[in-house]
Amino acid sequence: MDNCLLQMKNIEKDYGGHKVLKGVDLSLKAGEIHCLLGENGAGKSTLMNILFGMEVIHSTGGYSGEILIDGKPVKITSPKEAMKANIGMVHQEFMLIPSFTITENIKLNREVTKHNPVSKVLGERLKTIDTKTMNADARRALDKLEINIEEYAEVAGLPVGHMQFVEIAREIDKTGLEILVFDEPTAVLTESEADNLLATMKKLAAEGIAILFITHRLDEVMEVSDEVTILRDGELVACKKTSDTSVEEIAELMVGRKVELNQKEKSSSEGDRKVLMDLKNLHVNMPGELVKGIDLSIYEGEILGIGGLAGQGKIGIANGVMGMYPTTGEISYNGETAPLNDTLEMLKKDVAFVSEDRRGVGLILDESIALNTVFTALKVKEKFIRNFKLFKMQDGKAITSHAEKMIKDFDIRCTGPFQNAGRLSGGNQQKVCIARALTQEPRILFISEPTRGIDIGAKKLVLDVLVRLNKELGMTIVITSSELAELRTISDRIAIVAEGKVAGILPPDASDAKYGLLMSGISDDPGKEEK
Amino acid sequence: MENKIKPQLRLQEKKDIKEILRQNIVVIIFTVLTVIGVILSDLPFHFMVRELVSRIGRNSFLVLSLIIPILAGVGLNFGIVVGAMAGQLGLIMVTYWGITGIPGILLTVLIATPVAVVLGWQTGVLFNKTKGQEMIAGLIVGYFANGLYQFVFLFLVGTLIPMKPGTPMVKPDGIGLRNTISLGSKHGEGMKYALDYVLQVNVWQLLIAAALALIAFKIIRNRKRGFKTPVASLIPNMILVVVSLVILLVPTFRMLANIKAPVVTWLLIVGLCLFNILIMKTKLGQDFKAIGRSQHIASVAGINVDQTRIIAVILSTVFASWGQIIFLQNIGTMNTYGSHMQVGMFSIAAILIGGASVTKANIWQALVGVILFHSVFIVSPTAGKVLFGDAQIGEFFRSFVVYGVIGVSLGLHAWKAATAKKKEETEE
Repeated sequence: MDNCLLQMKNIEKDYGGHKVLKGVDLSLKAGEIHCLLGENGAGKSTLMNILFGMEVIHSTGGYSGEILIDGKPVKITSPKEAMKANIGMVHQEFMLIPSFTITENIKLNREVTKHNPVSKVLGERLKTIDTKTMNADARRALDKLEINIEEYAEVAGLPVGHMQFVEIAREIDKTGLEILVFDEPTAVLTESEADNLLATMKKLAAEGIAILFITHRLDEVMEVSDEVTILRDGELVACKKTSDTSVEEIAELMVGRKVELNQKEKSSSEGDRKVLMDLKNLHVNMPGELVKGIDLSIYEGEILGIGGLAGQGKIGIANGVMGMYPTTGEISYNGETAPLNDTLEMLKKDVAFVSEDRRGVGLILDESIALNTVFTALKVKEKFIRNFKLFKMQDGKAITSHAEKMIKDFDIRCTGPFQNAGRLSGGNQQKVCIARALTQEPRILFISEPTRGIDIGAKKLVLDVLVRLNKELGMTIVITSSELAELRTISDRIAIVAEGKVAGILPPDASDAKYGLLMSGISDDPGKEEK
Repeated sequence: MENKIKPQLRLQEKKDIKEILRQNIVVIIFTVLTVIGVILSDLPFHFMVRELVSRIGRNSFLVLSLIIPILAGVGLNFGIVVGAMAGQLGLIMVTYWGITGIPGILLTVLIATPVAVVLGWQTGVLFNKTKGQEMIAGLIVGYFANGLYQFVFLFLVGTLIPMKPGTPMVKPDGIGLRNTISLGSKHGEGMKYALDYVLQVNVWQLLIAAALALIAFKIIRNRKRGFKTPVASLIPNMILVVVSLVILLVPTFRMLANIKAPVVTWLLIVGLCLFNILIMKTKLGQDFKAIGRSQHIASVAGINVDQTRIIAVILSTVFASWGQIIFLQNIGTMNTYGSHMQVGMFSIAAILIGGASVTKANIWQALVGVILFHSVFIVSPTAGKVLFGDAQIGEFFRSFVVYGVIGVSLGLHAWKAATAKKKEETEE
């Protein structure tokens, strides 16, 4: 392996004691397309941040391990140095200025300039911009990609696919580019645009540029890559030649973790289940979590898990149903059509929501646990209110005693009902959120990422609470989580969302490979096939 | 080069009339207001034109100093008040030393510029620490600097700073400067008209010359780029030539025909216009534009955002100090503790009336704004008297216009941003 362009050896990184990379190796040869795969949190982006010398890495204590470029060890401490080392990156979110022309964007801060009388005296920055040469350079880069757009057009009006190409054009316009990283470039593209992009990648590789390709779409991996590296929980799981492996194997390697199978027993009445909520063609415009047409039925009394990778739209579903983001489509609830984009109305219909944004949406951090617990019920149901006809007052006594009961029921560790919610630990905050939702006495509870950022012990408690609510009160629960394992322990059914749509619904005991495939957007059920 | 025209044409086609009206609503409203005011006030037309010509020379430079910070995303620079103070500092010193004419102006600039650079730099540093709140920060900077200014000129002068006894600008008790300082009552005495009266030329002849020069420039430039100049693009200039000729030659307009314009002052204004255009074609200007659109993307591309913003604020402050010198040499009397305070509000109101916004501005908007704003100013007292029998009401209307237009414009800006965001959200 001495003809390697880039080698990363035994890379380790921890964030405040939490190891996110545990000795990862990666090597990249000139002219190859190398896929980097892994679930969210597997360590892909951390690895790329290290390669790019991003500030997050160096402000948190740096990394250990070795990076070799052309066999020479380098220490990259800033994005600028990464550029100097001929590494380019196509960002997942576009780094383009909409009201600038394509040329201006390609040449941003690398403008071609020429001297004028003033600049000779007062310095470089007053040099005149040479639009003609810049346009010619941009044209050359675009031609190389075989993109037929005018270099003087504004970026603002371009389709997303073209913006992606402008990003690539910007990178290849940099002289001497050797390594190009694509961070999930196809996530925002339509099928034909993605095909174009893959073809372009192949072409660039053929010209000797080494390409590191991060993606979740396994079919793309099989199509273009020469090698795949799979990370899981910060560890290198496998590095294989693509021709030696299969989609199924990759999927299994990505997901494969030991699932603690202390699953709850199956709900007995399988046959005659009533549909409580039916989503039809639901579109939610939640930035970063776009939902693009979900059809999903939620049965009364079940725990429905919604899983999938980050950014695919699973978070958007609950937010859309509750009207937190602009939504179109149809929601029928309990036999009637429910209003869209109307949070208050949904809450009044006994639909409760525990947001994934615990500290932002879920809690009023500077208020007491007591008030946080009753807040929604106070507003929506007018519970805990003494009505004096002319005006209304909070019933302080009732609120306190209710909060005390909740603290006891859920074992919220606090100094008392008047402690500020912001002071609690993550797990206890989550319990307050759930308590608030329950005070509303809902029929159906949407709960998103209930265990994010809380420790294992608290996780188990929260999940146990959910199961108990489901069993004892018959509450319907829709739980959205990035952790497949926890969905598999408590859910009756699990819907996997990929690219804004339901890729498939699986029982909790389906195989790892099946889950892996669905998460990558490959549906194994031909009836569900969208493409 | 030819194809560069195409995208612009395409954009123009896209806009329908409603959109054009909506975007220029402020300009339209004020044009209508001006016309109504002119009709109501019944002032002699030549008087209004004479006033306007002198006010254009007086105020344009200050208003033009606002453009660069707007383009660099800093917003409306209320901090130009600080620059104005630097200009006044220079004027006070030069008046005290009794230097007059062009040497006086040059010395004033020499004193004011370094002070303005330092103050502008400090203001820029503050703006970088209050990103998103630059406008309110600029306003407060003005008040704070005014405190220091008063401390120096009201208290230190005559105590710590020794003054010749019997200097007319010092208060009778020998401490602090008087409320008003005369810069001379006519040209040649003090700093009054030091710039304006260097060369006075008939305004219509000047306009004809300028219009012809512009036509020649356009034709030559277009020939260089290799395509013919469409006659339509020259029509505004030609109209200007014809109108000026008519005024000069027809005896009815005799009163109008002999209005003179301060050539040097106007040349300085043209110079600043050219500077604003040319700077945008340099690397620095491109950086201004980039940080104005997106600080994040610009910094990822390696542009030093904070430094560039500071440069923009320094430029603006320095130009404002020069602008204040031009302003005061025309007025001839300095309101020691008040002249500078109005500068920010009035200049910002003017550029907003011209159709600029918090994020967009060009020299035409600045110039049109000056013309419209001051037309309203000229006619409003008499219009108020005719309408309500009291000139004071016209005065009220003036201040109402200034603060109202700033408020409305900021409101419109917020509203536009909100609708644009909403549109974006629903489009997906």
